[in-house]
Amino acid sequence: MKIVVIGNGMVGYKFCEKLVAKQSNQHKIVVFGEEIRPAYDRVHLSEFFAGKSADDLLMATADWYSENNIQLLLSDPIIHIDRANKKITSHHGLVEDYDILVLATGSAAFVPPIPGVEKQGVFIYRTIEDLELMTAYAKKAKTGAVIGGGLLGLEAAKAMLDLGIVDTQVIEFAPRLMPRQIDDAGSKILQHKLESLGLTIHTNKNTSAILGDDRITGMQFTDDTQIDVDMLVISAGIKPRDELAKQAGLAVGPRGGIMVNEQLQTSDENIYAIGECALYNNMIYGLVAPGYEMADVVVAKLTGGEKTFTGFDMSTKLKLIGVDVASFGNPFVASNEGRAIVLEDTHKGIYKRINISNDGKELLGGILIGDADAYNMLLQTCKSKVVLPPNPEDIILGSRGGSEASEGAGVASLPDDALICSCEAITKGMICSSVTDAACETVDAIKKCTKAGTGCGGCVPMIKDLMVHTMKTQGKYVRNVLCEHFDYSRQELFDLVKLKELKTYDEVLNELGKGDGCELCKPPVASILASLWNELILAKGNDTAQDSNDRFLANIQKGGTYSVVPRIPGGEITPDKLIVIGSVAKKYNLYTKITGGQRIDLFGAHLTDLPNIWQELIDAGFESGHAYGKSLRTVKSCVGSTWCRFGLHDSVSFAIEIEERYRGLRSPHKLKSGVSGCIRECAEAKSKDFGIIATEKGWNLFVCGNGGSKPQHALLLASDIDSETCIKYIDRFLMFYVKTADPLTRTATWLNKMEGGIDYLRNVVVNDSLGMAAQWETEMKLHVATYECEWKAAIETPEIRKRFSHFVNAPEEKDPTVKFDEMREMKKAKEWK
Amino acid sequence: MTVEKILTWFYACKTTDVPENGGVCVKYNDEQIALFHFTRRNEWYATQNECPHRQQMALSRGMIGSQNGEPKVACPFHKRTFSLITGECLSDDECSIKTYEVKIEDGNVFIAVEE
Ligand code: SRM
Ligand SMILES: Cc1cc2nc3c(=O)[nH]c(=O)nc-3n(C[C@H](O)[C@H](O)[C@H](O)COP(=O)(O)OP(=O)(O)OC[C@H]3O[C@@H](n4cnc5c(N)ncnc54)[C@H](O)[C@@H]3O)c2cc1C
Ligand code: SF4
Ligand code: FES
Repeated sequence: MKIVVIGNGMVGYKFCEKLVAKQSNQHKIVVFGEEIRPAYDRVHLSEFFAGKSADDLLMATADWYSENNIQLLLSDPIIHIDRANKKITSHHGLVEDYDILVLATGSAAFVPPIPGVEKQGVFIYRTIEDLELMTAYAKKAKTGAVIGGGLLGLEAAKAMLDLGIVDTQVIEFAPRLMPRQIDDAGSKILQHKLESLGLTIHTNKNTSAILGDDRITGMQFTDDTQIDVDMLVISAGIKPRDELAKQAGLAVGPRGGIMVNEQLQTSDENIYAIGECALYNNMIYGLVAPGYEMADVVVAKLTGGEKTFTGFDMSTKLKLIGVDVASFGNPFVASNEGRAIVLEDTHKGIYKRINISNDGKELLGGILIGDADAYNMLLQTCKSKVVLPPNPEDIILGSRGGSEASEGAGVASLPDDALICSCEAITKGMICSSVTDAACETVDAIKKCTKAGTGCGGCVPMIKDLMVHTMKTQGKYVRNVLCEHFDYSRQELFDLVKLKELKTYDEVLNELGKGDGCELCKPPVASILASLWNELILAKGNDTAQDSNDRFLANIQKGGTYSVVPRIPGGEITPDKLIVIGSVAKKYNLYTKITGGQRIDLFGAHLTDLPNIWQELIDAGFESGHAYGKSLRTVKSCVGSTWCRFGLHDSVSFAIEIEERYRGLRSPHKLKSGVSGCIRECAEAKSKDFGIIATEKGWNLFVCGNGGSKPQHALLLASDIDSETCIKYIDRFLMFYVKTADPLTRTATWLNKMEGGIDYLRNVVVNDSLGMAAQWETEMKLHVATYECEWKAAIETPEIRKRFSHFVNAPEEKDPTVKFDEMREMKKAKEWK
Repeated sequence: MTVEKILTWFYACKTTDVPENGGVCVKYNDEQIALFHFTRRNEWYATQNECPHRQQMALSRGMIGSQNGEPKVACPFHKRTFSLITGECLSDDECSIKTYEVKIEDGNVFIAVEE
């Protein structure tokens, strides 16, 4: 049988993939695509602006098609279907006959008939070419607008910001954003969040004309207002590509879309339509998951299976970075169908709504804005009709008081047919049996075995929970081991290395591990060795076990150059030292920037120059800032009582003392601190791993705060303590953390996982409940006494200094491939492809 | 018919110039070659220095190790890993890298290039 597919988009590709997986080589498959490249991941199209290349986005390379005997003809759209003779004709004049024809022509952006849409600077947002055109045009544009405040429109608006158009406005015709997914109250919160990202939002606004001569200069609205814009993206909805079907006389819907039945057959039984061009039950499914399901149904049918398509859930989660928005099931339930429970926190920008059936047993749908962590769980509860707990509000508020439901109980309550990965249609049952039957015991193994989690990736946390849950029910003790080479957790390894007094990576591997090691176990073992023995981290035998940044004592940057960050304790620096930094930067042509940590970063240093740069800095009294290490970064300070009219104590001096005490301490992740001179907290101490705030009577010590992607404020460990006690507590706190945390776990996450939480931690640190305090304090004293600047040691040891050359056989030569661009009188790394 | 590749061996450096269980970059005309001494396995490998992911000249600065016995190198930029034997990308990606033969004579390292 010969199957011809028209359209090589996401769904057309998925059809090929599924067909090949079912029955290789039994059918002859020919695919025609209109675009110049093989199918790519349109869902993640916006990542093109975040640095992904067109190749990164490909679903499969051209080789994949030929390896699987699929004939792929690109840049050649089909222009005619001759149903009587079962033949099609392409734009280039190729004629192919078919037994079965599959239309996967997708959709195009719907462009409303506004006068002026043809002007330069007006774009749509659908293909890689659209994005390339936008990128080129954006260079000259200062103001931008997007017509359409739906899912795609908001994504396009965020893309404009990413393109550097800081003044971007969103024009929505409806009274609220995302009118099909969220309600008015939710839209208000979302609007607020988007405005804080820098977007301007107009609702109830109808565009009447696009102004300008050849190129757009502004927009005119029906309410007689105008705005100036240099660039516009239209994202007002989609229009199914049914033109070919229509011309061939297939039945199409009154508002477009190729009509299909439950088998996805069109009005011609030998022709199928799948994906965004198909109209099932008067509905176009503008998401990828239903398209994949359609592909699956047709593949089943062609390979002798039995499946039907009976509609699909349209729940969605917005991918906008920085704003969580999700909508699932029926987000707007009418009052006779059920009732809504709403949580609205305008301060934090959180809105959650769940709709439950009148008998309170079933979740019908809902909306999550500002915090969509519960999305997967709620979606499953809704789709699988899991009976709700007696107080359904708990599922959005979290249970208050009483026995706390553990996270695992969540996945356990789902039925086996709950769809976990909707991109690949993988159920809970399939994931659990990959663990029990196929012995998959890592998320990667499950991904390879079932394909779950390989689409948008949103379900990966749930896959992990299911895996752990299944292994536990099998009676397996789920061990938290480093990697295939070590059967120990970091904490176990730490104790064993100490007990056996092992000093090099190879000794540790010989004694406690197997194989040759890898990039997962080398850095944590190297860090354990450094924390324990406090020896030079580049000592022979341990140098190549260090993460690449530690090995070169600098962070690698785009293009292969490095950054140089001298320590500036507490952020205090003399004019003379500032001058040295300036002259070194000038001499070696470095880009300079004040960092978020109150110090100065010099970027763009060639590997070969690093020792010379550091030589000059060290001669002027600087030392390594450990910006590359999993170790103490900065202790931020505010100016404090020496100058500030509110200052209670000298926060700068205390910050310097703290920074000099803990500099160089190797730990599971980086450590940051801050000291503020009063409760106004100008040093942001409460966002640090440990933060100190002056009080009338002494200091308050806070621990386990974090910035980063999941910010969390530090919690009070002890109040009104003197400087000496404060340092004693920090010594104990840090040593406890260094010994027990998993690799790459910040103190906040470490505490979140600690049973008993802050009360337990306080007991250990303040009341010495483990009886370890004295030992930890002694160990910290040893650290302080043996501290040495790594860069000083490196430049003084010829054996180490020699390693800082790009070519081993031409040590004087710099890497000729390193290239820079100019920007604002300095340089920047050349953009990578 | 088999086409014989004509290999030329060139002198790269001394064995002691290469860190144990680590790599260095060797210049050969305009080519950059990453040379690794896998001391633990007593093996030598050479690959292209450029990581195909973002075209960065960085593999020689990467960390080496093994995965199910297969020797590999991890790029310092985004941790894509490549087999040192076949050059194949092990992080389920499509790209692969070129590998070269290495031989040691009297403490000198030689790499074979195709002419
Ligand atoms: C230079 C700097 C940005 C700037 O121009 O201001 C910076 C630059 C980098 N940060 Fe940062 N962070 C900088 C301040 C911060 C801050 C603000 C602060 O320290 O007050 C934060 C949030 C506070 C926090 O850590 O809790 C911050 C949170 C991160 C994170 C997220 C950590 C987390 O727990 O989620 C990463 C990723 C990581 O470490 O895994 C990161 C990673 C990085 C890396 C190392 C990314 C990389 O691997 O290349 C960047 C290295 C640049 C370099 O080579 O020097 N950077 N980074 C800042 C250097 C401060 C300094 O003097 O040392
Ligand atoms: C920016 C963006 C973000 C998105 N985000 C999400 C998301 O988060 N979640 C989600 O589920 N969905 C999302 N979508 C929608 C998703 O991309 C589509 O649902 C999916 O691509 C549909 O696949 P398809 O194969 O039906 O259509 P397409 O991917 O559009 O493929 C159709 C292909 O057929 C070609 N074609 C058309 N006519 C012919 C012809 N006559 N001859 C030959 N070839 C032809 C077209 O050129 C095209 O390449 C997003 C879409 C965009 C544009
Ligand atoms: S936030 Fe930090 S890690 Fe991210 S780009 Fe900026 S400097 Fe780099
Ligand atoms: S450049 Fe090597 S992994 Fe990205």
